Amino acid sequence: MEENNTQNSSLVTIRNLSFAREQRVIFDNASLDIQHGKITAIMGPSGSGKTTLLKLIGGQLSPSQGSIVVDGQHINQLNRSELYALRKKMGMLFQSGALLTDINVFDNVAYPIREHTALPESIIRTLVLMKLQAVGLRGARLLYPNELSGGMARRVALARAIALDPMMVMYDEPFTGQDPISMGVLVKLIKTLNDSVGLTSIIVSHDVEETAAIADYIYIMSSGKIIGQGTPQELQQSKSEWVQQFMNGKPDGPVKFHYSSDNYFDDL
Amino acid sequence: MQNPKSLETLVGLFVVIGIGALFFLGLNVSNLASYSDTDGYTITARFENSGGLKVRSPVSVAGVRIGRVTAIDFDNTSYESVVQMKIGAQYNTLPDDSSASIFTAGLLGEQYIGLQTGASEDYLTHNSELELTQSAIVLEEIIGQFLFSEKEN
Amino acid sequence: MITFLSTIGHSVIATLTKTGRGALFLKQTLSYTFSVLCQPRLISKQLFSVGVLTILIITISGLFVGMVLGLQGYYILSDFGAEETLGVMIAASLVRELGPVVSALLFAGRAGSSLTAEIGLMKATEQLSGMEMMAVDPIQRIVCPRFLAGCLSMPLLAAIFSMVGILGGQLVGVSLLGVDEGAFWSQMQSSIDFYDDILNGVIKSVVFGFVVTWISLFEGYDAIPTSEGVSRATTRTVVYSSFAILGMDFILTALMFGDI
Repeated sequence: MEENNTQNSSLVTIRNLSFAREQRVIFDNASLDIQHGKITAIMGPSGSGKTTLLKLIGGQLSPSQGSIVVDGQHINQLNRSELYALRKKMGMLFQSGALLTDINVFDNVAYPIREHTALPESIIRTLVLMKLQAVGLRGARLLYPNELSGGMARRVALARAIALDPMMVMYDEPFTGQDPISMGVLVKLIKTLNDSVGLTSIIVSHDVEETAAIADYIYIMSSGKIIGQGTPQELQQSKSEWVQQFMNGKPDGPVKFHYSSDNYFDDL
Repeated sequence: MQNPKSLETLVGLFVVIGIGALFFLGLNVSNLASYSDTDGYTITARFENSGGLKVRSPVSVAGVRIGRVTAIDFDNTSYESVVQMKIGAQYNTLPDDSSASIFTAGLLGEQYIGLQTGASEDYLTHNSELELTQSAIVLEEIIGQFLFSEKEN
Repeated sequence: MITFLSTIGHSVIATLTKTGRGALFLKQTLSYTFSVLCQPRLISKQLFSVGVLTILIITISGLFVGMVLGLQGYYILSDFGAEETLGVMIAASLVRELGPVVSALLFAGRAGSSLTAEIGLMKATEQLSGMEMMAVDPIQRIVCPRFLAGCLSMPLLAAIFSMVGILGGQLVGVSLLGVDEGAFWSQMQSSIDFYDDILNGVIKSVVFGFVVTWISLFEGYDAIPTSEGVSRATTRTVVYSSFAILGMDFILTALMFGDI
């Protein structure tokens, strides 16, 4: 019964996804659902292919097997213009911000609006200032990306990601490398945006505490498989060793500290 | 960052200078100016040997260039060289018994066709053929003849 | 032996794959030509960085090449008492060969390398992915305008190079060494053919511009997105472009000036 509910309200449905890059298996038969209007977190140790998952959802990569359905459309069966039309409804926040370095903050946020609409400049100005106000950087609109701190760059990128009022925003490691204050700002921003605009958010992260604080549902991945899922509370109480190791940050456990290798003594 | 207006001005300047340079090459450096004789009429002449004559070699009368060679072909039956030349339209009073010779400008210079005007009352028209021709002077033959006559003496 | 063979095999396959990627990349780029031509603003911005910023090096090099040609040509031609043909020699060598080839080599070093570095860094900083996710095709928005700007700039730069070179040759030949000015220009005009020499030179420079810009953009786009990857790609751009220019020059010369 729970299953049926998620089926109906899920915006992204991934079934039996497999993906390999040059012999290295990144996903192995993974299935997950991203629910409408919720913050779904995908967590896992570094190198578990979380960013790849976002690229798969965005259609930048195509899976070797399985299906990815976004908003009712099979993403890897779309032609270019359909894919681009769908991407206009998705925002993505890259780890590095990915701001265009040769134009200033204002133009960066205005970029997708100018590209995809024929709105007059006065309306664009209003829209951009609204988005910048939402991330608290209206005063920084004339700065260039190289003059911004990491946290500010990420907030500008967030303003750009929501410039076209997308239905869904994907956050790639939004908290990595941030000082506690900008981390707090970002956590609050993601939560507020999600609740006030009714966005669907996908957060890929390995910062357990911050992510657990705002996520409605969490998937934990390791070696290309979903090894645990549930609400933050459910996961904290999970009996699975994997989940416990990850949620509590134990150095060794089912996820090995050592990269898989030959026997140490043989190697010496 | 450059102000977009001045950037566009500089780009405009670049394009203008570049096209200007092309014009300079076309008009000042090459013979483009002499291609202007597009209207004119074509005449042909047969030579036993057209030597180093080339397409676009000049055709002149009394030292004035009046046209240029447009084609050089080989006649399979008479084994002659058939030279077509285009004469400027304003030179329309050349007698039809004029003769054509192939000369060399200077000792090692390029070869050109010189026309010697005749006395006929009729003028050359489109597709006329010059009856009287004198072949190119081939330097080796002259040297050969010279050496031969030296020996005889 | 087997490993040796397999190494060769691997590198052959890798080269073929890369060539294929390059060709597909070119096809994609060309498919946007029309839509980009409709937005001249995109091109004019690139014409500035690709063309305008290259003028200085082109002009200075052209001037010196022309002056050297004037000097060397004078000494050799004066042995035969043929100083008057100095203009022909300078103009023919510049218009036919040195203009297109040297300006293309300078273009590869000045503009090509910066194109590769720019695109490579955009890739490394995820700007290209970011554009894709904003439903903007980076090939259309970033690559194609640069490509067209490169193709347009190259012939103009080569023409500027030749013009400045001829003026430099005239400076040395006529003003310093005393070749007769009238003979210098008139001999040049009667010997240099507009179609055979100038147009062929322009065609050469268009081909070089096309090839160099293609190599530069593709190397940037295909670069491994790390600082080392971008630096290697930049080196490859200059090396491959130079090879391509010289190789293409031979082929084009054989086609244009050969008697076959």
